[in-house]
Amino acid sequence: MVAVTHDESAYAPPAETEEVELHHAHTFIEKYVFSQDAKWIGIQYGTTALAIGLVGLALSAVMRLQLGFPGTFSFITPSNYLQAVSMHGLIMVIYLLTALFLGGFGNYLIPLMIGARDMVFPIMNMLSYWLYFLAVLILVASFFVPGGATGSGWTLYPPAAILPGTPGSGLGIVLTLVSLAVFIIGFTMGGLNYVVTVLQARARGMTLMRLPLTVWGIFTATIMALLAFPALFVSVLMMLLDQTLGTSFFMPSLVLTGQHLDYSGGNPILFQHLFWYFGHPEVYIVALPAFGIASDLISTHARKAIFGYRMMVWAILIIGGLSFAVWAHHMFVSGMNLYFGFFFATTTLIIAIPTALKVYNWVLTLWRGNIHFTVPMLFAIGFVFTFVNGGLSGLFLGNVPVDVPLAHTLFVVAHFHMVMAVSPVLVFFGAIYHWYPKITGRMLDDTMGRIHFWVTFIGAYCIFFPMHYLGFLGVPRRYYALDTAPFVPASAQELNAEISIAALIVGAFQLLFIYNVIWSYFKGKPAGTNPWRATTLEWQTAHTPPQHGNFGETLPAVYRWAYDYSVPGAAEDFIPQNQPPAARADSAGSAR
Amino acid sequence: MMTPLVVVVSIMAVAMIWLLRQTVNVKPWIEEQAVESAPSGASFSLPPATVGLGVFLAVATSLFVLTICAYFMRMMAADWRTFVFPSVLWLNTGLLILSDLAMRSARAASRRGKIDRVRAGLIATGVLSFAFLAGQIWAWQQLNASGYFTTADVGGAVAAGPANSFFYLFTALHGLHVLGGLWVWGRTTVRVWQGANAARVRLSVELCTVYWHYLLVVWLVLLALLIPAISELCRGRLSF
Repeated sequence: MVAVTHDESAYAPPAETEEVELHHAHTFIEKYVFSQDAKWIGIQYGTTALAIGLVGLALSAVMRLQLGFPGTFSFITPSNYLQAVSMHGLIMVIYLLTALFLGGFGNYLIPLMIGARDMVFPIMNMLSYWLYFLAVLILVASFFVPGGATGSGWTLYPPAAILPGTPGSGLGIVLTLVSLAVFIIGFTMGGLNYVVTVLQARARGMTLMRLPLTVWGIFTATIMALLAFPALFVSVLMMLLDQTLGTSFFMPSLVLTGQHLDYSGGNPILFQHLFWYFGHPEVYIVALPAFGIASDLISTHARKAIFGYRMMVWAILIIGGLSFAVWAHHMFVSGMNLYFGFFFATTTLIIAIPTALKVYNWVLTLWRGNIHFTVPMLFAIGFVFTFVNGGLSGLFLGNVPVDVPLAHTLFVVAHFHMVMAVSPVLVFFGAIYHWYPKITGRMLDDTMGRIHFWVTFIGAYCIFFPMHYLGFLGVPRRYYALDTAPFVPASAQELNAEISIAALIVGAFQLLFIYNVIWSYFKGKPAGTNPWRATTLEWQTAHTPPQHGNFGETLPAVYRWAYDYSVPGAAEDFIPQNQPPAARADSAGSAR
Repeated sequence: MMTPLVVVVSIMAVAMIWLLRQTVNVKPWIEEQAVESAPSGASFSLPPATVGLGVFLAVATSLFVLTICAYFMRMMAADWRTFVFPSVLWLNTGLLILSDLAMRSARAASRRGKIDRVRAGLIATGVLSFAFLAGQIWAWQQLNASGYFTTADVGGAVAAGPANSFFYLFTALHGLHVLGGLWVWGRTTVRVWQGANAARVRLSVELCTVYWHYLLVVWLVLLALLIPAISELCRGRLSF
């Protein structure tokens, strides 16, 4: 299939790519605090996101304790419960997953994978991280103000979000809104960097179609985020004005405890439209980088070229485009024109086509591959299973008549956790096990990794699979306690208790992962430059971890795509992207 | 209602079609390529800052378009009242047009390498832009003085009506973008002051000019939507 040329003229000198002037850090603060090195900014993003993610995990434990054993824990009041639900959602979707995939992996991997020395606007990149950090601090501060954090759900629907009676309707919601606005400004700075870096700073020979799918996923997700976040930004500003200055963008005229409030004519549905215009692309902003990373993990650890690379790229682009035309499927129960519902149900179901195409291609990549069941591979395969499960329940919810009775039940919770919580998180873990050797120079411990995988994978199914059944029974989501709902059988409570126990076990085992990350940093097996024998450029750096400037004296030149695994006639079962054509037969093994 | 959405959809369509065009008929798995024949790493033969500005303008357009969508949707409510148009806005519009023209003259001078003219153009741009912002704040004051802006406790914001709320939102968002432009303008002006020659600041001046054009176009659209006759026309067409 691959034409092997041994033409002498194919040898080429290293490409002359315009060198950029790098900012060289001299002090500790320049190097580790206000760093302009994308790799370090990526690590800063990642650790901050994980820290706030642990808060989100603890909040889910609060929710599960209450749902599994209602009335047992006196410190969980109805208000606390609602606050835990809301902040868990906000933290996990925006401050953990978005920041982790785009800010963390985007910063670390984009320059390395495309063969650049750094991002094109390093100062803006640094500001991006510090604004994100500030946004996290403001969000955390909202826990400690009078009235506490907001309890209006992660979607912050008005009018409830800013009416007295909802927990945190005072300073809590104000701080949340300010935090979101700061986050968006910070993200825009980072996002501009990722897009322009991918477009303009690729190494010579690195055409768009030679990019690893990881970069395609992050790149497309960033474009989507740049166009979608403004919707959240403007709705956040308008709600902030409604709350603080008494405007009526979203607030209708209301009578509260016999008193007519100073609002009139506002449109709460307007907020829902703006929110979901951001909110649905957000699902894919999290999912597309995960798709890309999973593709690379599967290909590398199955020692086989990704099946249908071009289709994978097109699927990413089509999913990205379509996801802007489906937002109102989150609003089927808000009341809408029937034809609107029909339109949005149709577009929603059409997304299943490119998504299914990706799943087939992952499976076909595995087919007759030389599968290595390494820890990253286990997580990647776990992701494919989980994503299929979550996607299938999405087909149910995409249909209006099925969605209407299920919309307010745990079925929806089960669906979106499978598809956009467990799936991306599995990819995230796989990616950490895969790239940790490059980031630190040491391998993560394999045994701990395997235990972590199996507990997380099986545990996630123990949590979310039974939840589908609870949803079918009509058990409502967001409720503090069911008390005596006649249609819910008593056995539902036993299932709830089982889910809680599984959730607590899975939560506790994430500490093993953190222990592994810290332990391996000091005691892990030295990794060498390219422990997975991978083709992409980040594994071909002279130093591990890569130094400031990423590559040595000269930037790499790229001669081939990222998936030359098990090429017939080649000496090794992989050919690095920067290996010149004719040299490969004899020196694939000795490539750096 | 549909017009603004078409704008956002077109931005996405342009991006997606451009990307798809890069990918058809490319078979990266077939053959490695010798590097002499390989294209350079950049997709556009433009400096990164130019591409960055282009992407940023797409983001800003998305923001303004969505705000306008919200304006149209909110317009359909029964409590909509015609905006009391502060006449100072005409003066402000004139100032912004003049600052844009000053920026253009700075660009023309930088192309011809005349650094003195660049400096004069930049200073005029800055003075006129700050005057524009001051004028906007004056417009806020005018509305406030006529009782159209007070906090909720006396029911003022409601009495003023949602159109006024949108006026404040539009001008604040646009004003923040002007301030962002003035930050870059400030850095460029400082460099000219410190003796940079025309060639060194040329890119900054070019990009500032593009941005000032953009600020002017956005302001003209927002202004048009606020003019009572036009907003009533839009409202009539929306609430059929």
